[in-house]
Amino acid sequence: MNKADWATLSNDLVYSSMGVIFIAFISFAFQTAWSFRVVPQEVDAANPKSVKYTKAGRIGIALAILGFLFLSAGVVARGVSAGRVPWGNMYEFSITGALAFLFAYLVTLRKYKIQWLGLIVTVAVLLTLGTAVTLLYVPSAPLVPALKSAWLVIHVCAAIISGGVFLLANCVAGAYLIMDRYQDEDGNENRPNWAKQLPTLAELDQLSYRLVALVFPLWTFAVIAGAIWAEAAWGRYWGWDPKETWAFITWVAYAAYLHARVTAGWKGKRAAWLCLFAGSTFLFNYVYVNIWGAGRHTYSGL
Amino acid sequence: MSYEIKTPELGTVGLLRWLWRQLTSMRTALILLLLLGVASIPGSIIPQRNQDPTRVQQYFANDPTLAKVFDNLSLFDLYSSTWFSAIYLLLFISLIGCVLPRTWEHFKNISALPPLTPKNLIRLEEFKKFESSKSSDEILAIARSHFSKRRYRIRDCEASVAVEKGFIRESGNLLFHLSLIGILIGVSVGSLGGMRGSAIVNEGESFTNVATSYDTLSAGRFFRLSDFPPITLKVVKFTAVYDPISNAARDYSLIVDITESGKSNSRRVEVKVNKPLTFGSTRIYLQANGFSPKVTVRDESENIVLSGAIPFLPQDGNLTSIGAIKVPDLTPTQLGIVASFLPTAERDKIRGGFSSYPEALNPRLLMAAWLGDLGLDTGVPQSVYRIKTEEMERVGLKSLAPGQVWKIPGSSGISESVGSITFDGVTKWVNLQVVRDPGKPFALLGAIFALLGLLISLFARRRRIWIRTVIGENMSSSGVVVEIAGLSRSPGLAQEIDALVQVLNEKKGDDE
Ligand code: HEM
Repeated sequence: MNKADWATLSNDLVYSSMGVIFIAFISFAFQTAWSFRVVPQEVDAANPKSVKYTKAGRIGIALAILGFLFLSAGVVARGVSAGRVPWGNMYEFSITGALAFLFAYLVTLRKYKIQWLGLIVTVAVLLTLGTAVTLLYVPSAPLVPALKSAWLVIHVCAAIISGGVFLLANCVAGAYLIMDRYQDEDGNENRPNWAKQLPTLAELDQLSYRLVALVFPLWTFAVIAGAIWAEAAWGRYWGWDPKETWAFITWVAYAAYLHARVTAGWKGKRAAWLCLFAGSTFLFNYVYVNIWGAGRHTYSGL
Repeated sequence: MSYEIKTPELGTVGLLRWLWRQLTSMRTALILLLLLGVASIPGSIIPQRNQDPTRVQQYFANDPTLAKVFDNLSLFDLYSSTWFSAIYLLLFISLIGCVLPRTWEHFKNISALPPLTPKNLIRLEEFKKFESSKSSDEILAIARSHFSKRRYRIRDCEASVAVEKGFIRESGNLLFHLSLIGILIGVSVGSLGGMRGSAIVNEGESFTNVATSYDTLSAGRFFRLSDFPPITLKVVKFTAVYDPISNAARDYSLIVDITESGKSNSRRVEVKVNKPLTFGSTRIYLQANGFSPKVTVRDESENIVLSGAIPFLPQDGNLTSIGAIKVPDLTPTQLGIVASFLPTAERDKIRGGFSSYPEALNPRLLMAAWLGDLGLDTGVPQSVYRIKTEEMERVGLKSLAPGQVWKIPGSSGISESVGSITFDGVTKWVNLQVVRDPGKPFALLGAIFALLGLLISLFARRRRIWIRTVIGENMSSSGVVVEIAGLSRSPGLAQEIDALVQVLNEKKGDDE
C-alpha cells in the first residue's frame, strides 16, 4: 500500500466511525426516550419496556466502542500515510482529540454510571468529526520544518489527551447543572424518570473534580513541553504568542478551580460553572486562536 | 483583624503589618492569579509590537485615535508593560509571603506525632465499633504493626493508638509553590543577563560575533560584551527543500564552519530549525531565509561603484521578494533602485509578474530606477529594503534575467545615461538569531519541580486514624470493645479502615 492508499483508507475509516457513532447516538436517544416511561432503578426483565430500555443502552455502548475502534484505526492510518504522528494540522488534532475524548468517556464508564452521558458524548464527537471532515480537512502531507521535533509528539499528545478529559469534565459539570434543577430546597432530588439513571448530584460533583484533578498535571506538562519545544525552535521558551497566552489562561482557570474547591471549599453549582468556564477557555484556544488568531502557532493548515 | 483596623493607635507599623497580611493571604493571591489571566487576554487579540510590528502600524493607520489610547495603556507592549509586571510581581510577593512561613512551619513539624486520640471518636468519619476477645495490648500491637508496615506515623496514647499518613502532601504542595518562585527567578535572570540579536548573512559570507555584526540587538541590564561567545561563523551552504505540489517548505538545512577565536582550524556543522548551535547559555538559531540578488553597478565610465549580494525581503510563500539597491556614490546624482525579485517568474493578466515557486528556477529582477537624494544623511534610520522616493525622480523600469545588463537612463536634462546595472545571479541569505538566556536552567528546574510537587500534592493521600480499646461492662474479663475512626480529605479512608478491621479479626481467628 502506498501513502495515498493509506490516506484514503484513513478517510474511509473516519467516515465509517462517524456512521457507527451516529447509530450509537440513535440508540442512546431511544434509550432516553424510553426512560421517560421506565423507572431505571426498577428495570424488570418481565416488563417489555424495561427490556427495550436496557437493550438500547447496551447497543449504544457497544456501537460507541466499535466507533472508537474504527476511529483509532483511522487515526493510525492517517499517521502511516503522512509518515509521522497524526497531529500536524487542525484536521488531525480534531480527529485525534475526538478519539481521546471518546476514550476518556469509555474508561470512565467502567467505574461510574454515566451511560446516559453517551447521548451528549456521541453528539460532541459527531460535531467534532463533522467539522473536521467538512471544514478542516487537508490532504495528508509531511510536516513543515518547525514541527519536526520529538517535542511535538510529546507536547501535542499531552495537550490532546488533556483536552479530551477537560471536555468530558465539562459534560459532567453540564449534567450536574441540569440535574441540579430537579433538587428542591431541602436537598431532595425529584428527577423525572429519564434522569434517574444518572449518578447523584454529589457523585457528579466529585466526578468532574476528579477528572480535572487527574489531568491538570498532564496539562501542566503539556505547557512545559510546549515551552521546551518553543525554545528549541524559536529561541524563547515563552513569548506570549496568542496560543501560549490562552494555554496559560486555561491553566490559571483550572488552578483557580482546584483552589476554589480545595481551599475555599467550593462545591456544586458554583464549582460546576467554574469548571465550564475553564473548559471554554480551552475550546476558545482551540477554535479561535487556531483559525483566526495570529502568531506563530498558525500551522492549522487552513 | 477588623478590630485591629479600628483601633486608633494602629500606627504605621500596624498598618504595614495589616497590609502585608492582606497581601499574603490565599484570597489575594488567587485574585491576583485570576487578574493575571484576565490581563493577558488583550495581548492575544491586539497585535503586539515585538511579535507583529506591521499589524501595529496598520492599527495606527486605520484608527489613530484608538491606537493612541491603546498605546497609552501599553496595550501594544502588554507583556512588558508596567501594570502587567506589577500584577505578577505582587503575585509573587504574595506567594513568597504565604509559602515561606508555611515551609518553615512544615519543616519544624517534620517529626511531629499525630494528634492525641479525641475523646469522642463517634463524631469523626467512618466510625466502627466491635467487640473482640483479644486483650487491649494485643489489639493495639496488631494495629501498630499493621500501620507501620504501611508507613504511617504512629503515636501511642493511653489505651489507644493514633496514626497519620500523608505529610508529603503538604510537602508536595509547598514544593509546587516554591518552584513557581524558582521559575520567576529564572525569567528574571534571563531577561537581566541575557541578549537577543539577529543578523542576516549571505551564503559564502561570515558572521563574527561582536555587537556591530548585528542588525538588531537587545540586551538585559547585566549583559556584558564579554558574554558574546568569541566565534566566527561562515555560512557555507543553505538548502531548502519544497513540496512540489503544495510549495510548502519541507526541510531547511544550513551548513556552517565555526571558528573559535584563537584557533585556526574550523569545524563544520549543520544547523536545522529545531537544532540550534549551542555555546554555553548562548544559542544560535536558523530563523528565516531568502534570496539575495547579486548585482554590479557601474558609472558612465565603466568604473564599478557597487557590487555584491543584496538581501531581499520575502513577501509570500513563493518568495516573491522586495528590496532596495542604494547607490549613493554616483555622479552627478544619487541612484536608488526599487526592486522585486521573482525566483520563478511568471506573468498573467491580473497579477502581472509573480513568482510561482519558491526556488530560483526562472529568476527575474524587476527594477524601477530613481535619481535624486536618497536621504541617507538625514540621520533618520532607514529600512534597507525600502527607498524614500519623495525627493527623487523615476527614470525607468526594467526586468532582467541573470547575466543581463541595463543601461540606466539619465533624468531629463542631465545626460543620456548615468551608468548601468548588471544582474549577476542570485544567492541565498539566512537570518541567524542569537539568544543568550542564562536563566533557562532555573526556569526548567522550576517547571520540573513544580510538576513533581503538583503530582504529589494532588495524589498523595492524607489521613488520620485512631484506634481505642474500651473495657466492656458486660464482657468476659479478657475481651474489649474496639473503636475506630478517621479523618481524611481524600477518598479511600473507608477501605483503609475496613482493611484494619479485617486484620484485627483475622488474627483473632488464627489464635483460636
Ligand atoms: C501561580 C499561582 C498559583 C497556582 C497555580 C497554585 C496552584 C495550586 C494547586 C494546584 C494547589 C493544590 C490544590 C489541591 O490540593 O488540590 C494549591 C494548593 C494551595 N495553594 Fe496554591 N497556587 C498558586 C498560588 C498560591 C498562592 C499565592 C498561595 C498563597 C498565598 C497559595 C496557597 C495555596 C495553599 C495554602 C494550598 C493548599 C491547599 C490545601 O491543600 O489545603 N497558592 N495551589
